[in-house]
Amino acid sequence: MEKRVFFKGWLLPLLLIAPQILVSAVFFFYPAGQAVWQSLFIPDPFGLSMQYVGLGNFKYLLSDPYYRASFFTTGLFSILVTLVSMIPALFLAIVADRLIKGAGTYRTMLIWPYAVAPAIAGVLWLFMFNTRVGVVSWYLGNLGYDWNHVLNGSEAMGLVVVSSAWGRISYNFLFFFAALQSVPKSIIEAAAIDGARFWRRFWTIVLPLLSPTTFFLLVVNVVYAFFETFGVIHTITSGGPQQSTTILVYKVFADGFVGQDLGSSAAQSVILLVVVGALTVFQFKYIERRVHY
Amino acid sequence: MKKISIGALAVSSTLLSPIAAYAETEVHFWHAFTGRLGELVAAQVEDFNASQDNYTVVQSHKGNYSETLNAGIAAFRAGEQPQILMVFEVGTATMMAAKGATRPVYEVMAASGAEFDQDAYIGAVKGYYTSTDGDMLSLPFNASTPVLWVNRDAFKAAGVDPDTDLSTWQNVDKTLTALKAGGSDCPLVTAWQSWIHLENFSAYHDVPFASKDNGFSGLDTELQVNGDAQIAHLTAMGQWAKDGKFIYTGRRNEGGANFRAGECALFTESSAGYAGIKSEAKFAFDVRPLPYWEGVGNAPQNTIIGGASLWVMEGHQEEEYKGAGEFLSYLSSSDVQAKWHQDTGYLPITAEASAATKASGFYEENVGTEVAVIQMTAKAPTANSNGLRLGSFDQIRGIIDEELEAIWSGDKSAKDAMDSVVKRGNPLLRRFEQANR
Repeated sequence: MEKRVFFKGWLLPLLLIAPQILVSAVFFFYPAGQAVWQSLFIPDPFGLSMQYVGLGNFKYLLSDPYYRASFFTTGLFSILVTLVSMIPALFLAIVADRLIKGAGTYRTMLIWPYAVAPAIAGVLWLFMFNTRVGVVSWYLGNLGYDWNHVLNGSEAMGLVVVSSAWGRISYNFLFFFAALQSVPKSIIEAAAIDGARFWRRFWTIVLPLLSPTTFFLLVVNVVYAFFETFGVIHTITSGGPQQSTTILVYKVFADGFVGQDLGSSAAQSVILLVVVGALTVFQFKYIERRVHY
Repeated sequence: MKKISIGALAVSSTLLSPIAAYAETEVHFWHAFTGRLGELVAAQVEDFNASQDNYTVVQSHKGNYSETLNAGIAAFRAGEQPQILMVFEVGTATMMAAKGATRPVYEVMAASGAEFDQDAYIGAVKGYYTSTDGDMLSLPFNASTPVLWVNRDAFKAAGVDPDTDLSTWQNVDKTLTALKAGGSDCPLVTAWQSWIHLENFSAYHDVPFASKDNGFSGLDTELQVNGDAQIAHLTAMGQWAKDGKFIYTGRRNEGGANFRAGECALFTESSAGYAGIKSEAKFAFDVRPLPYWEGVGNAPQNTIIGGASLWVMEGHQEEEYKGAGEFLSYLSSSDVQAKWHQDTGYLPITAEASAATKASGFYEENVGTEVAVIQMTAKAPTANSNGLRLGSFDQIRGIIDEELEAIWSGDKSAKDAMDSVVKRGNPLLRRFEQANR
């Protein structure tokens, strides 16, 4: 099935991929290599001296029960963010796909939240749920529910998940919407003539045909939840209350840029890199099997 | 598109850079102040620049305290450091350990020939920034200490006498009960919980926060926040939280909004909260000394400071250090200090500035502004009340915040939480020790 094109010699292909290799080398391999190197030391913040500690930073981290606990927090957070950003996006895409009038307006409005930077999204949601002046927490209070994410870990987790997923719904919506448009109408019509109702058609035809997109979004969203959500955490909870929203990437930031502990921070980013790498390999190896291209 | 935005950035940053770039010797000063405080700093700098024509001080705002310290460190690593960097008190141990990155202020002052008398500074302020040999390493700039703010109207609304004695926590305990019974939804709120209810608490009761004189006499220090005095205080506060007498609002100064809006009766907050409370509060308020537990430790000892000091960074020309020395000397002159104290509620850092403020009648006109000064200076500091000098202290404060939240939510007893702080914090101190060996 696969098409392969062969070049004669190796100079031209090398030349063609050189820009990409160069960009990866400068912006990925070099910094990643630096992180691996730094993770073997305990440096002072100013870079005046370094103590070689071998795998000491890793040992220190992995023997810390609070660090181990943040793996669980990160797992829970990532699963929730992925689900909360993908399911509503798929739903909205299906609904928008069936619209006859005003589809363009709806689409545009659904895409808007993607333009909001994570930190700003964080502030927006924080403001709505502010325990003193928040609109939502005020309504909840009227309903007899005392919202207090400052002390309640589950509420804090819920808030950062929703804030992180919100802008992401737009992004996922775009992909789902485009994928839905490419589902051949003829197959759906044929199924309809055979008597299949909407949900039946959706489960047996549309969803399988969406699987490449779904898989792509799954990988991208997990990576997003792991790395890019730190702005939201920083603005809303700073990892608290207690450690209920301290995800791995936030700890990398907090230890490195607040605590000036660059050795530990570097070791954490190496661990994070390995975890996300393993997760992506796992996704490609096991979940991709269920994808029909 | 990207190119355009980078170009635009370059143009705008050029435009933003100060116009006075032609002057003889430039001294860069990075600080963490915005809003009213930012304006006041800018005014000081302008005034200094106008007062002489050898040096031009260029001030820039670099974010909050943590961000400013980070900016300074990152700049040092890149060889772009400013001559003067503002570092908050928590970063003091980090800066002191960074020999080779900083130049001690007493040296800068001696070399610049500017007038400089270390003994002119208030003891508890000076002690925080002085080496064990008694040399001042950084210049105290803005120093504050926690006090008790009282909303008199809220007291009256709850049927409690606003002039009731609140000098001890025992009395506050009774008052909180009365306020709650009188219908107050927020009898007590706090800002900076670790700074006020652990760090200052320990100094005020003359009990250690950490071994080795709170880290002053060695990097091999260990936390001692799980002492009986601290646990008793936090147990009481945990009970107040449970009873709805103490309302927790967050790790920083979120509680200030509640108090300034008139929702809370009592507020433990920095004396530097004065400017904000004075301008926003639509109720009668009082400043009282921070309460202490009668019969615990040697209370009341003195409270310790929060705020920032100015560090001079290594790697510049001698002429620039002269300028830096002149500027620091200007900043600590008694007129500048007295004005700063009166404008902001920060402490006057020299005895002379304090006397000048007193003589001007400021304290009579602004009742309560003197409380912080008295509280800091009434007794000579002991080894437990000189201040704190702990590495990785920003992270340790983070741990303390987490564990305090566990107490407020009822998840942990005060003892378990403080034992956990010690267990989690000590490895950070060991790492700091190792990094600065």
